[in-house]
Amino acid sequence: MGTQDKRDMASGDTAPVDQSGGSDPSLLIEMKGIDKRFPGVCALDQVDFDLRPGEVHVLFGENGAGKSTLINVIAGSFAADGGSYMFCGEKLGRLTPYHAREIGISPVFQEFSLAPDLTIGENLFLGRELASVGVLNKGEMRAQAKSVLEDLGFDLEPHARVGDLPRAQQQMTEIAKALLREVRVLILDEPTASLSERETDRLFEIIDRLKSEGVGIIYVSHRMAEIKRVGDRVTVLRDGRKIGTVDADAVSEENLVEMMTGRTFDAFFPKIEHRPGDVALATTGLTTKNRQVIDVDFSVRAGEVVGIAGLVGCGKSELARAIFGLHEITAGALMLYGKTITSPTPSQMLKSGLCYFPSDRVAEGLSLSRPIRENVSLAALDLADFASKGFLKIGSEKARAAAIVDKLQVVPLDTEKQVEFLSGGNRQKVMLSRGLARDINVFLLDEPTVGIDVGAKTEVYNLIKEMAEAGAAVVVISSELPEVLHLSNRVYVMHRGYLAAELTGEDITEANVLAHFFDRDHETEETSSKISEGSGP
Amino acid sequence: MTTPTNTVADAAATRKRRMSRILGLGLLPILLVTLFVVLGLIEPRFLRSANLINILRNASFLMLIASGQMLVLIIGGFDLSVGAVVALTSVATALSMTGLVSVFPEAQLFVVLLGVMAGLAAGSMIGVVNGLTVAFMKVSPFMVTLGTLSIASGIALYATQGVPVYGMPDEFTREFGRLRYLNLPVVIYVTFGVLVALWWVMNWTRLGRYIYAIGSNAHAARVSGVSTTFYIVVTYTLCSFLAALTGILLTARIGSGEATLGGTLMLESIAAAVIGGVSLRGGVGRVELVALGALFLALVTNAMNLVRVDSKLQTIVIGVVIIVAVGIERFKSRGKIR
Repeated sequence: MGTQDKRDMASGDTAPVDQSGGSDPSLLIEMKGIDKRFPGVCALDQVDFDLRPGEVHVLFGENGAGKSTLINVIAGSFAADGGSYMFCGEKLGRLTPYHAREIGISPVFQEFSLAPDLTIGENLFLGRELASVGVLNKGEMRAQAKSVLEDLGFDLEPHARVGDLPRAQQQMTEIAKALLREVRVLILDEPTASLSERETDRLFEIIDRLKSEGVGIIYVSHRMAEIKRVGDRVTVLRDGRKIGTVDADAVSEENLVEMMTGRTFDAFFPKIEHRPGDVALATTGLTTKNRQVIDVDFSVRAGEVVGIAGLVGCGKSELARAIFGLHEITAGALMLYGKTITSPTPSQMLKSGLCYFPSDRVAEGLSLSRPIRENVSLAALDLADFASKGFLKIGSEKARAAAIVDKLQVVPLDTEKQVEFLSGGNRQKVMLSRGLARDINVFLLDEPTVGIDVGAKTEVYNLIKEMAEAGAAVVVISSELPEVLHLSNRVYVMHRGYLAAELTGEDITEANVLAHFFDRDHETEETSSKISEGSGP
Repeated sequence: MTTPTNTVADAAATRKRRMSRILGLGLLPILLVTLFVVLGLIEPRFLRSANLINILRNASFLMLIASGQMLVLIIGGFDLSVGAVVALTSVATALSMTGLVSVFPEAQLFVVLLGVMAGLAAGSMIGVVNGLTVAFMKVSPFMVTLGTLSIASGIALYATQGVPVYGMPDEFTREFGRLRYLNLPVVIYVTFGVLVALWWVMNWTRLGRYIYAIGSNAHAARVSGVSTTFYIVVTYTLCSFLAALTGILLTARIGSGEATLGGTLMLESIAAAVIGGVSLRGGVGRVELVALGALFLALVTNAMNLVRVDSKLQTIVIGVVIIVAVGIERFKSRGKIR
């Protein structure tokens, strides 16, 4: 396949910025001065990147640092606005996802490219079915799908419907899809986010095998232990710029966090003075109707930050949602300030001083087309400050909103600006401001920093610090381990709906938390010691 | 997965899958048989062969148009214009035949052929417009087809001024319209042929696979190298083509071109598709079940006629049936969301 396609694409070159200087034909990928702009943001600014055959090159950085943009440029989903992109010593012009696959660049994105209503086998061949004159050769495809899955050692049935599979198996299907044809560059975007430890080990074995075959692997990850385990080199991106490339063996966690955030480790995660007081919120044996939360005993005291960690789909966000009345509770008790609440509803919980801040701000949190002011006051319109007898008090609402927006330093300060024009960080601040618009003492924050930049993250962390030190009870539910590790007074780990562990004080380490992420029967001394090498103090 | 907990979970999953398959597949045939038996017992006229043939014929028209609607629903769209396409086809066929018959009075078969082709072309054009607008302008299919519905029925009404068009060749209205083979109307054979062909397309060809894939996850199909825009246009065109075919068969049967033909077919086609288990969110649907859905609707209508339910009340019953069907569909798909 390959060469013909490559020549075709080179002739259709639309990014003629010629970077003089020798290119190295032994590199699989060599990118120089890549620029990518989206309306209003510069997602990539003069980024250089290269990939050698047989290495794992880790991309590391915050959300929004440009990692996904870069892998999308490499995979042909986005066209770069400037810079040069060489593949095996040949310059690539306009690349489409289809052509990228044809020349052996195979991406595995976090957002799956699977059709849930088709079977695994059908998904593996999607877009490149074996067919003659449009008529499918089903038998041959079935046989090939089976042999690929067996070869990878994945325990998947080719005829299972993808939508019925748990997320981990969908992830494996996606990886099998990427490896169906011959691959020269494999892109893995947070591949282990939903895999169990055993499946992760299997993936690492496959990675080792591919490396020995000379495949170059681009690996996007946040997990320190993993970077140490599979990575050869690490490139750190921040705000669309490349900060540096380092050897994975020679770099420490503090170094990487400092490169990633541009702040010293201590300045990034503020030191919170926890002064645990009375129990603010407690559950005993809490179980939801959808069985995503099972028999959970959990508590948070006034004046402390409690973290909840766990894999995607472990029930950590469902726990908070159930407490706020968004999932039906079938068993167990819920106590707020010692008062038992039988079937919570959001309006009742708000009145009692508890607020849940959803992770998906666009889908659940904000009215994008409405001004900041209305978003700030939305959960407090029953208060006398904002309305009486059904009539809004716009003047008072404006003043209150302006004061809150000013306190949180939302940009722009204009309370009449529609929320859709705000950046991710400022949207989050508008959401959190709802907690300030009324008397809230228990904050349930679901992924509070997802999709926001480093600066805004620090501000959110500082806000959490302020709230906790002012005596509020704060629950931080997060998939970002460092966040949970460094902000919390206590950490709960959830696994398949159950509470797997509660960690306090010195026990809050990455190794301890990760050890409870997975099925216990797969846990071994060896792996946990391996993980602890990579984690910081 | 070898751990005991997983085997239990797998067994539960299999049971759940089997359960949903029974809900999806088994319910409709059982319902049909029950309805058939009950009607046979309480109303002897129901079992007369003339009545049964009548049901089959009415169901055939609905099956054709509903299987087109199914294609569009599976790809994640919606087509409100199918009823208007039937009217437009009817008028276009009738007008071109009556026009041509004065030019070629001797070559009636030729006139019929040209007229049929004119009708199919006019109807399919609406599908091309639907598909192009949905695929390239990324407008909601609901609004696009609402617009073309208005345009198509507008053209049909304007061209005829609301008056039925008579004067089509006898070859079309008498010979073809009333043609029977083995005592069954020819419509039934045409429909059966179309259904078999569609089943084959949906299960054994790239086109069918891509229609499911696009409706299931358009983004995934696109990054897998499927030209989603092309297949969306093809699907809408196919849907309108099938509606146009229905229009021609109906025109042959009633013997005149009518701008009001097919008024209830849009609603009924969606109803038959949904009763047949087609998901309104796309990606799911089987032509054989849609055919059963259409048969079910035809049976219900026939039963109401036999027991003399007022035709104005009948529309209420159909409305209830649709809402119940959508409710069941929603209930079934709830378990799938993770």
